[in-house]
Amino acid sequence: MMQNSQPPTSPKAQTRQQTLQQIPQWLQKNLFNTTLNSLLTLLCLAFLVWVGHGFWSWLAQAQWTVITANLRLFFVGRYPVNQLWRLWAVLGVFVGMTVLWTVPQLVQSQRVKKRIQLIFYILLPIAFCAIAYLANGGLGLKFVRTSLWGGLFLTLLTAAVSILLAFPFSILLALGRQSALPIVRWVCTGYIELVRGLPLIGILFMAQVMLPLLLPDEIRLDRVVRAIAGLMLFNAAYLAENVRSGLQAIPQGQTEAAKALGLNTIQTLTLIILPQSLRISTPAIVGQFISLFKDTSLLGLFSMFELTGISRTILSQPDFSDRQTEVYLFIGFIYWMVCFSMSQVSRKLEKQKA
Amino acid sequence: MGSTGQNPEQRQNPLSLGPSSRPKTRWWRQAKFWQFVWQAIVVVLVVAALSYLGYNLDHNLKRLGIRLGFKFLESQAGFSIGETPIAYQPSDRYAMAMFVGFLNSLRVIVSGIAIATLVGFVAGVARLSNNWLLRQLAKVYVETLRNMPLLLQLLFWYFVFTSLTKSDQVVSFGLFQFSKGGINLLGLSLSPEFSALLTGLTLYTGTFIAEIVRGGIQSVPKGQWEAARSLGLLPGQTLRFIILPQALRSMIPSLANQYLNLAKNSSLAIAVGYPDLYAVSSTTFNQTGRAVEVMILISLTYLSLSLSIAWVLNQFNRRVQLVER
Repeated sequence: MMQNSQPPTSPKAQTRQQTLQQIPQWLQKNLFNTTLNSLLTLLCLAFLVWVGHGFWSWLAQAQWTVITANLRLFFVGRYPVNQLWRLWAVLGVFVGMTVLWTVPQLVQSQRVKKRIQLIFYILLPIAFCAIAYLANGGLGLKFVRTSLWGGLFLTLLTAAVSILLAFPFSILLALGRQSALPIVRWVCTGYIELVRGLPLIGILFMAQVMLPLLLPDEIRLDRVVRAIAGLMLFNAAYLAENVRSGLQAIPQGQTEAAKALGLNTIQTLTLIILPQSLRISTPAIVGQFISLFKDTSLLGLFSMFELTGISRTILSQPDFSDRQTEVYLFIGFIYWMVCFSMSQVSRKLEKQKA
Repeated sequence: MGSTGQNPEQRQNPLSLGPSSRPKTRWWRQAKFWQFVWQAIVVVLVVAALSYLGYNLDHNLKRLGIRLGFKFLESQAGFSIGETPIAYQPSDRYAMAMFVGFLNSLRVIVSGIAIATLVGFVAGVARLSNNWLLRQLAKVYVETLRNMPLLLQLLFWYFVFTSLTKSDQVVSFGLFQFSKGGINLLGLSLSPEFSALLTGLTLYTGTFIAEIVRGGIQSVPKGQWEAARSLGLLPGQTLRFIILPQALRSMIPSLANQYLNLAKNSSLAIAVGYPDLYAVSSTTFNQTGRAVEVMILISLTYLSLSLSIAWVLNQFNRRVQLVER
């Protein structure tokens, strides 16, 4: 801050005075420049006062014990307390993999970038198995049934796993839909349009009820696995359309140039077409991930206890049955934070592209 | 696979003893042959997968003693439905119950599309307003509600509407009157379930429509505003007669997507207890155990709903698109 000995006409003070003088101007320009705008401003103010008043009187009677008493339920569900370290380990693996995935985007040197990416792809299946092993147990660890999984942990797990599984599937579907072979094109288009015409709740219902009927009766899939299968099949169709929009943005000349250099079809795809088109469709893919993250709330309707499901369970306890607003605001805030930060990332990517 | 068949001269093996002197690509070097092989492989794989699933389904259904068929639709439903736009009693058939559910879905989809469009256009225009406060309010609305799950919002609105209609006295908000009998809007009586579903769906879809409207308006060149202004049009007139008609052209495909999403999302009605098609079908499944048939009915209905919405918007799109020569 400024020292007292300095004269009041220092540049900083001047600018501050200027800003103070500009406030009425700003107000007039942005809020009261025409009669209509003045009216709108007053209306908005009235609305704000009304909302603020309502919120204030609600806040006065709000009781947050429903959150504090159930904090563990919100984050990990009914996972056994003495096994919680395993979820911390899962979180560690998850964060580590995310860091490993983001670092190459920041590194300048191509060689280091390639090497880190290679490590990432080698570690990915290992991390996958490690997470499954840590969360589920067996082989020396205590077995934890998936009906005990819940809260934000289950939300993140189902979202991350189903997007990872949906991604390769969606690339195949998108390529198939663009293919020159009519039958391949029909099969892929048929799948994409069929799934996109159905509500997610219907697909999840199918995954819960029909999937056991479609598999031999020796295979008993867990409820969570079935839900992940449903989410994956659903999101693959939408992701495929995002990937396809990227594929269509690549000029035909790229394929022709690759052919002229003597690359075969698979090389052309993996070295020339896909890297470019995936970069183009990244914002759309992030958008799809946001919507998948929100969609995991539907698992609550199929007796799984992810963030929304566990909240419904908590609210069904007589002690907390009239504390709905607190709970909805709290979990709404969690969802909002994750989705909003992802949407900011996607916006930044889009700006980079432009 | 690609373009091996293009240079027969070079590909010709000089040692070949073929009777024909005309250079010919060997059959396994021809693109057509490989196209055929790949497609045959795909067909075989798809057919194999489908028949494997079909075999399992048949086996499992036999094991459970279920025989497929839609005869069950003729038997008595036996459950009551909270809201019935046409006469319905529990003694009616399942087919009737599902039809009532379908009408309920239609009711919420049609009114939802209308109101969401209104909300979205107002919010989208407000986001571009030169009034700072209005702009910020619209931004907060869009950025909060689109980043929270619709299901959560529906649960919240259901809680709000049920608690407003719980008290004995009549509470009124502008045109709305809340009392024990439900919600009254200018003589129109609405149930808390329907109101919660409609509010949630329209406010959620409205945020996406607002972004589409904003993008659409911004895509109209600035010169259009200036030209309209120099012709003496007021800002409101400019928006209505000059900007929106042009913006609409680029907006329609994305709007269509949002309408389709709204139609599909209306199936979340089951979370607030509104008896839409999915909720009634779910009850039907719980009573009869007929997963396959119920699933087929739901899928066909939603697919035809989606197709008809897409068709209507395509027609509309064709009408508003510029016809150039």
